[in-house]
Amino acid sequence: MQSLIHGVQGFMYPNEVELQWSVLIVLYPFITGLVAGAFILASLERVFKVQAVKPTYRLALLTALAFLLVAPLPLQLHLGHPERSFEMYLTPHTSSAMAMFGFVYLWYLLVVLLLEIWLDYRADIVRLASSTRGWRRWVYRALTLGSSNVSERALRIDERAGYIITLIGIPSAFLLHGYVGFIFGSVKANPWWSTPMMPIVFLFSAMVSGIAVVMLLYMALVKLRGVRIDVPCVDTIAKYLFYTFLIDFSLEMVDLLHRIYEADESFKTLDFMVQTRLYASQVVLQILLGTCLPLALLAVTQIFRLREGARIALYWIAGSLTLIGIFAMRWNVVIGGQLFSKSFLGYTTYKLDFITREGLVPAILLTLLPFAILWVLVKLLPPWLADEVKA
Amino acid sequence: MRWFRDAGHLGRVALLLLLGVGLFVVARHFAVPRGFGQYGHYRGPVLKEIRAHPVSYAGREVCEGCHSDVAEKLAGGRHKTVGCESCHGAQAAHANSDDPGAHKPPLPNALALCARCHQQNHSKPKNFPQVDAMEHSGGEKCTSCHNPHQPKPGA
Amino acid sequence: MSLTRRELIEKATKFILLTPAAAAALEALDSGSIDTMPDKYKQAEHWWAMTIDVEKCIGCGACVQACAKENQVPDGHYRTWVERYVIDGYGDEQPEVDSPDGGMHGFPDKNRPGAKTFFVPKLCNHCATSPCVQVCPVGATFESPDGVVLVDESYCLGCRYCVQACPYGCRYIHPEKQTVDKCTLCYHRITKGLTTACCEVCPTQARVLADLKNPNDPVHEFLRNNAVQVLKPHMATHSKVYYRNLDGAVR
Repeated sequence: MQSLIHGVQGFMYPNEVELQWSVLIVLYPFITGLVAGAFILASLERVFKVQAVKPTYRLALLTALAFLLVAPLPLQLHLGHPERSFEMYLTPHTSSAMAMFGFVYLWYLLVVLLLEIWLDYRADIVRLASSTRGWRRWVYRALTLGSSNVSERALRIDERAGYIITLIGIPSAFLLHGYVGFIFGSVKANPWWSTPMMPIVFLFSAMVSGIAVVMLLYMALVKLRGVRIDVPCVDTIAKYLFYTFLIDFSLEMVDLLHRIYEADESFKTLDFMVQTRLYASQVVLQILLGTCLPLALLAVTQIFRLREGARIALYWIAGSLTLIGIFAMRWNVVIGGQLFSKSFLGYTTYKLDFITREGLVPAILLTLLPFAILWVLVKLLPPWLADEVKA
Repeated sequence: MRWFRDAGHLGRVALLLLLGVGLFVVARHFAVPRGFGQYGHYRGPVLKEIRAHPVSYAGREVCEGCHSDVAEKLAGGRHKTVGCESCHGAQAAHANSDDPGAHKPPLPNALALCARCHQQNHSKPKNFPQVDAMEHSGGEKCTSCHNPHQPKPGA
Repeated sequence: MSLTRRELIEKATKFILLTPAAAAALEALDSGSIDTMPDKYKQAEHWWAMTIDVEKCIGCGACVQACAKENQVPDGHYRTWVERYVIDGYGDEQPEVDSPDGGMHGFPDKNRPGAKTFFVPKLCNHCATSPCVQVCPVGATFESPDGVVLVDESYCLGCRYCVQACPYGCRYIHPEKQTVDKCTLCYHRITKGLTTACCEVCPTQARVLADLKNPNDPVHEFLRNNAVQVLKPHMATHSKVYYRNLDGAVR
């Protein structure tokens, strides 16, 4: 029974031996999740008036934009014919979960994110358009769209419009990532994916990862710029991270319990896969190190009165582990869903290439690219508040 | 009136968006391939493109057109369900040629060919005639006793 | 026979040669409706399917070879393949299944006393409610008006969503074309009055092409007189490959 050809154990349908979706498709929901999560954190300040997180409001928006610009790249790189991807806009197939991605993406990029950032930065852009020189001046002048009206009334209108856009933005962010979950959750042929919980679990894990990445970025930038950290701000973010993570964890456990209890025809196969091929990435990395440990660390910061320095150190560790855990979760969904045969009689292996088009190197580059974009965005549109204190 | 003046920049954004949408609609109109949606959500002409794929297996009826003597023999025996190209391979090139003799199909390797169907295998249907070739004929060519077109010995 | 041998071969040759030529010529013309094509094939009059009698399959692999030859199927990929099942029992045991090279070169004997064992030919099920067609984002794969699931290789993005959506493992990415590829039910043959390459060479008639809209097709009798089953019926794909004598263990 344990015949090992091409890393195959048991029986795969002959066309199944080769995996279809690579590490790049792991990156796609990971990056999109960071976008949705970062935006939802930003909307906390705007819609729910959580004043404490104000120092991260603009940073969260720019982070969302940087990651959103990169989100379609892994998909594009993965296509057999990237030059044909525009067909998604020409002849979108309305019954396909994937076809709407292009439209959801454009809606979110153009109508939600860019507009909200523009409205929030407009006064700064107009100011910078006259205070800078050289090519930067031209960039800012273009960004004003030829209107330098920053009268009090105009800014009040911006504030109002921005609020409305955030209101539209929250369901849009939910749509963006719930939708990514639906792409997997609606594949009835694949029992590892096919569950109505998928969009919801994707959504909450997106919020968790987005909140964590903004928290880490804020703490890192504060250190780099040598200003004093706004402790109540990170405390609040960490609190939100903890609560969202608890909900996310509960949802994933509900899904797991449901699967174990129902034990349908696929259960034995999937259970065996989790115990063997997916053990390291699912049980160890995702559940123990990436979920239980950061949750415990965050719980410590919530329950005990720790010193400021100790709390921030814990936030660093918990935030980083969270990101690793959410990445592992994406990995386990995408790769895990392709390791077993749809005949439930065997397993294949995923071999991660190194430098090929869908290999490790492009994946790492694509993960770093948003940070490079963010660096440019931060230079162009500084997100810092005026009342910061030097450390 | 003042509200309109102070919201003028929003108008510019709206205009830009509308321009984008308009451009998209126009570009889409020209870029959708011809015949898309003719029968359903796909390129209609593709059906003809797929049908233009060349044929390799001519089909039994074509073979029988010239080789009616063999066909008649085959029809009377136990191999009546076996298509000509099952054993002789794809013969459209032979059948379509102006000079079929130039594309003469090679004589099949009988031992290997017979074994493909008749070598004993426990997964084959029980009532299907199957033998252990060595035991059955001791390595003697199958065609010494069996005519593949009418396999019953002495028929 | 009312036709002479010469007449018949002329007719048949014309049938094979002229139809693709006519199709190619028409290609150059403005794309009219296929129904205006001066050939006899009318899509609306056909609804293609296949019947497979598991009890007749001898696992010779002739179908797999013929398919590869007729359709230039790339090595290591299969538009049709044959599986061998060896079932020791119906309790907790998993059936033992193999398909070396898709069964293309037959199967070495496996003698397991007391076990139930048989061959199952597989191919695209040409589902009437295809999950693969449902998920294609651009309309590069579709159900033709005569019930065949086809791929437009000049339009396919190579996103592979359809490969994920097929419950039967019938699709693969063509290594050179980088587009999805699958069984066409030999659409280029069946629209010329020929049967598929796999059915043409099947020595026991285990697999037979069927036209459900043709009232004279023996398929109707076959479906009426036998207990037939489709693969994974719970997927509700309305598969049109009907199996006779299919064991419940087959997936």
